[in-house]
Amino acid sequence: MARITAGIATSHVPAIGAAIDLGKTKDLYWAPVFQGYEFVKEWIKTHTPDVVILVYNDHASALMLDIVPTFAIGFADEFQSADEGWGRRPVPVVKNHIDLAAHISEQLVIDEFDITLINEMDVDHGLTVPLSLVFGQPEEWPCKVIPVCVNVSQFPTPSGERCWKLGEAIRDAVKSYPEDLDVQVWGTGGMSHQLHGSRAGLINEEFDRRFIDLLAHEPEELKYITRLEYLRETGTEGIELIMWLIMRAALGYGVEEKKRFYRVPASNTAVGHVVYEAKS
Amino acid sequence: MPRQRLYPLEDLEDIPGTKVFTARRSREAYHLHKFCMSLMKEANREEFKADERAYLDKFQMTEAQKQGVLDRDLNKLIELGGNMYFLVKLASTDGLSAQKAVSATSGMSAEEYAQMMLEGGRSPEGIRSIRANK
Repeated sequence: MARITAGIATSHVPAIGAAIDLGKTKDLYWAPVFQGYEFVKEWIKTHTPDVVILVYNDHASALMLDIVPTFAIGFADEFQSADEGWGRRPVPVVKNHIDLAAHISEQLVIDEFDITLINEMDVDHGLTVPLSLVFGQPEEWPCKVIPVCVNVSQFPTPSGERCWKLGEAIRDAVKSYPEDLDVQVWGTGGMSHQLHGSRAGLINEEFDRRFIDLLAHEPEELKYITRLEYLRETGTEGIELIMWLIMRAALGYGVEEKKRFYRVPASNTAVGHVVYEAKS
Repeated sequence: MPRQRLYPLEDLEDIPGTKVFTARRSREAYHLHKFCMSLMKEANREEFKADERAYLDKFQMTEAQKQGVLDRDLNKLIELGGNMYFLVKLASTDGLSAQKAVSATSGMSAEEYAQMMLEGGRSPEGIRSIRANK
């Protein structure tokens, strides 16, 4: 049977991808950010899964305009890196695990999540930056990736509670897949940031650190943070943190925290990162 | 039973200097955003740069939205429904970083903004609610 063995959360700031692609990771500005990922880059060498279910939001690259699904699963055989206005990131093509993606999609609908399937799309920094942060710059990504897209931009976004339930449903779906697969779930985005207006540059370190404090062992109360509270406290884009809840719920009751990291700033954003191993 | 909500939806408009991106705003900016997403192709970026006005005229944007693009007035474009994730593609076409684009909407210079971020960003103290500040 397939099992969810670990979870990773990380911010997915586009400038981090640019720093990697342009060889700036040792620069004074960037070195302290990348230092926070030294652990996971070592850890993943002995914990490379068969499949990563990667929860992210599209940033007006494939979605948000003609079609705005609340929850969607990438169902193409493979995904190219999107040209977000400065050319495609030079990263390997992302390859799907179609049979597991199909199984999860079916199970989610049966579990009352009316998920959208996307048969063609490019994937933007939201998906490729986490892969680069964890796997570095390989010729090929070392595992299959199932993209799960969450609308966190157009209001109303799904609630934190709804995201939690989606994570639980993903967990049930993976556990009922007959093939023996090692699966990780990654939640990306956040932490606090706002990208426009007189509040641009908002960072709420107190909120962010509390979120990380509670996520591993007391995540229950994070479920009930409202959209309005995310907006007020973490900025318009801080609400991406609801995608961390999907990851956490997918891991089940007990986790062992292997790493936590928090750093301000990367461009406009507070960078947060955790690595959990599942206990059950 | 009337439906209970955790807060009135109007409260989303109660955050200082913040336009929450809603379906209505998305619709208002649909053609502006169609233009922004067209800049995801190199050939289109070149065509836009060669003659901005002519390129914009291929889209069903309002005149105000076109002028906002020509003026690179991101705040104006946000007022007209625009969302930063789309508008950043315009900034990228101009070779500007996301941080420069964001700082341009904040009323601060790029240098002041970058310095504020290095010092830990903007505190949420006192800018959580328009009502509370009255």
